[in-house]
Amino acid sequence: MSTTTANPAPAAAKAPRVETPFRRFVSEFCESKLALGGLIVFAFIALIAILAPLLAPQNPYDLAQLDIMDGRLPPGSEAGAGFTYWLGTDDQGRDMLSGIMYGLRISLMVGAGSAIIACAVGVTLGLVAAYGGGRTDTLIMRLVDLQLSFPSILAALMILAFLGKGIMNVVLALVIVEWAYYARTIRGTALVERRREYIEAAHCLALPTHRVIFRHLLPNCLPPLIVVATMQVARAIALEATLSYLGLGVPITEPSLGLLISNGYEYMLSGKYWISFYPGIALLVTIVSINLVGDQLRDVLNPRLKK
Amino acid sequence: MGVYLLRRLFQSVLVMLAMSVIVFVGVFAIGDPVEILISPDADQMERERAIKALGLDLPLWMQYLSFLGNALRGDLGRSFVFNEPALKLILERMPATLELAFGAMFIALLIGLPLGLYAGLKPNSTGAKAVMAGSILGFSLPTFWVGLMLIMVFAVQLGWLPSTGRGTTVEILGMRWSFLSWDGLRHIAMPALNLALFKISLVIRLTRAGVRETMLMDYVKFARAKGLSPARVTYVHVFKNILIPVVTVVGLELGSTIAFSVVTESVFAWPGMGKLIIDSINVLDRPVIVAYLMIIVLMFITINLLVDLAYSALDPRVRLENK
Amino acid sequence: MAQTISATAGAPTLEVRNLQTHFFTRAGVVKAVDGVSFTVGRGKVLGLVGESGSGKTVTGFSILGLVDAPGRIVGGEILFHGQNLAKLKEEEMRRLRGNRIAMIFQDPMMTLNPVLRVDTQMIETVLAHEKVSKETARQRARDTLGMVGIPSPDERLKSYPHQFSGGMRQRVAIAIALLHRPELIVADEPTTALDVTIQAQILAEVQKLCSQTGTAMIWVTHDLSVVAGLADDIAVMYAGRVVERGAVAEVLDKPLHPYTAGLIGSVPSRNKRGEPLRQIPGMTPSLLSLPPGCAFRTRCPRAAEACLQEPPLGEILPGRETRCFRPYLPAGEAAA
Repeated sequence: MSTTTANPAPAAAKAPRVETPFRRFVSEFCESKLALGGLIVFAFIALIAILAPLLAPQNPYDLAQLDIMDGRLPPGSEAGAGFTYWLGTDDQGRDMLSGIMYGLRISLMVGAGSAIIACAVGVTLGLVAAYGGGRTDTLIMRLVDLQLSFPSILAALMILAFLGKGIMNVVLALVIVEWAYYARTIRGTALVERRREYIEAAHCLALPTHRVIFRHLLPNCLPPLIVVATMQVARAIALEATLSYLGLGVPITEPSLGLLISNGYEYMLSGKYWISFYPGIALLVTIVSINLVGDQLRDVLNPRLKK
Repeated sequence: MGVYLLRRLFQSVLVMLAMSVIVFVGVFAIGDPVEILISPDADQMERERAIKALGLDLPLWMQYLSFLGNALRGDLGRSFVFNEPALKLILERMPATLELAFGAMFIALLIGLPLGLYAGLKPNSTGAKAVMAGSILGFSLPTFWVGLMLIMVFAVQLGWLPSTGRGTTVEILGMRWSFLSWDGLRHIAMPALNLALFKISLVIRLTRAGVRETMLMDYVKFARAKGLSPARVTYVHVFKNILIPVVTVVGLELGSTIAFSVVTESVFAWPGMGKLIIDSINVLDRPVIVAYLMIIVLMFITINLLVDLAYSALDPRVRLENK
Repeated sequence: MAQTISATAGAPTLEVRNLQTHFFTRAGVVKAVDGVSFTVGRGKVLGLVGESGSGKTVTGFSILGLVDAPGRIVGGEILFHGQNLAKLKEEEMRRLRGNRIAMIFQDPMMTLNPVLRVDTQMIETVLAHEKVSKETARQRARDTLGMVGIPSPDERLKSYPHQFSGGMRQRVAIAIALLHRPELIVADEPTTALDVTIQAQILAEVQKLCSQTGTAMIWVTHDLSVVAGLADDIAVMYAGRVVERGAVAEVLDKPLHPYTAGLIGSVPSRNKRGEPLRQIPGMTPSLLSLPPGCAFRTRCPRAAEACLQEPPLGEILPGRETRCFRPYLPAGEAAA
């Protein structure tokens, strides 16, 4: 069911459309309106984040553009520069809408970046464990167990306590927190897949091991990996926001969503809710949309749930 | 059972040692140990004297052994900020954190079990679908933001609950507890609910999956074939079976609840050890950081051990294997 | 129980008339049971025989009202002492289950709840139907365990199911079924999962208990040799329908329906040594897409034009019913 090479599907009698595994996957995914909605919302958010410098009325990281006199204005106020603060301003006089757009950039970059690196590390180690077997396997999996038994926030705190604050350290912490999920997933799948006939066949053809692993085995291990990766991106974004909220993440001059929320905390008690509220909504919508997609991916890609 | 216990204890000690190496290497080798251990305000003379006194001129492995020796005697260094033993600082704040964590676990079970049971028994009902959608939300919502929203609604807008602190505490066994006074309960309600949010979703999902799996078992059908009332089938035959995995996981989650209380404590200014560690990281009070990490690792290992023992006490099959 | 004994001797304990239980799945309507009729008298054993997927287990569950969604009984009657069980409310049905009608399941490793002690599982059954003290219930449980041949029942009551062997667990399950001296027991292949020697012991004991207590029994199985030794009557099922029924000796000796004949021919011991084993060609059809007419038509050696119509279940010889247009009649070609 998970072959990536398009099977020559049995010639469809009526419809001219040939049902490839990918098409079936797409149509099954779209069965859930909620997940499809999540995907669309996420695409929209990603677009905003990418195009933020073009869309945002203000560069929130350029202190020269900020007017401290415009600090803590409610949503809808007019800016001195001639545009409207649709979502209000924070205590620095930063336009919240622009801040959120740029904040999304950081959140998504940190989330996706850490996921890619963690995935590379985890997949490599997981494949080494599955193929190496024996002591290598035991050693790597013990590490995985140790890592997974440790709450992510604690591991991240530990690393940031050792290395200090900063965005690169946050990414590093996220990688160290996440790699084990990928390693466990890929190892489990690889152990099952490598016993299949096509791997035997590839070995019988005397293909080099790395070719067997990367061209034959890995593509077939992708479905569970995609599911884990989706969920982990959401987790990474949430964790980055949390760390930034705690003041351990990104620098104050370039706030991410978590830091924006944190900045607004003290003003919230006096009723100036917008400084914390809107970045929170942006964060929430991002994470929920990714999780909705991930949930549906898990159902579609899990062969055990097939009826 | 005795052999099993001994083996588990031995494993625990090994993990503890491994973690002490990691913390030691992390704090003492990666960072500059002089900066870590000596107050930044110290002058040059003081520094050199301290380096000698702390044995920082010795090889790393000897330093580790002396760190370990001190740790075993309960000496994990002195806080720069409070000028008190780090261990004492942490132990003082531990009851507040434990109270919060247990409160959260209690709420998670109280809300999660019935909802999960309902969602599992009537998987196609609208209510069950709403519960499951809610649980995705519970997984997705960042704890700190929910905490802020709780404060905004219940403390700022409605004014029902206080937003920070522990409130009136009652002293028992030399420790102060909030849950014994009405004012204390009002203070703990929001933080505990906030911390519980993620666990509620977890319990709902576990319970629902367990119910759906157990309902398909032959012994449930056999129980019905015996003419038992639906209530007895559900609450004894199904529930007792799913309770085992749920209790195990929830027990294991206690450690992560304590760890995540860092966030909740920061939001609600709850004076526990989580708040202390964040403050300490922010002012680079590293002895406290080290002490916190060692203590929490120890708690983790203890919790895992206790959960293992509780699990074998609950499940007769496991109990037999270990005899 | 008093009312059991007062039941008229002549009337059957259970009469199933044209039972239909369908499952409404996403893929379509699965007619798991679609025309099942049989009767079981007091103290008699009916062997309900068929391949897996022929609907015998669903028939058993239908009698006890244990068919779960998406399945439900859509037609026919299940008359228990003249009372139609298919129309009973759930609570009335519950009062019958485990009390006057009991069931024994196939896999003894799965039927007892692993986290409850045997005494709990037995006592709760007693208390579900009778208002007696816990001590009386325990007494009853102990006596019944002794009755099914479990040594030192007092000790065994305090054990958990996993401390028993498969055969012992099935005895416990049988004891639970016997707790209220039911008038009818539905036994769903209760010995299939057991060793042959254990199977023989249990069969002998069940037979003894039935004749002693006057319990009627439906023994669901795919094993003709078990039926031959145990049952009085036999009903053969194919694709959700009863295709032949009659006294066990007659049916096994001179089957009327080609499917029954094929089934008997497939038993290895019936073949002579060295002869190739007989078999029924083809596969059990999918219940989602049964061919019109006789469901066995595509595999039947005697199929003809007429078989495109659905044959009715008719009494062809005295006491012998079959659902076939072209049965093996004793006067004609010899059966197998």
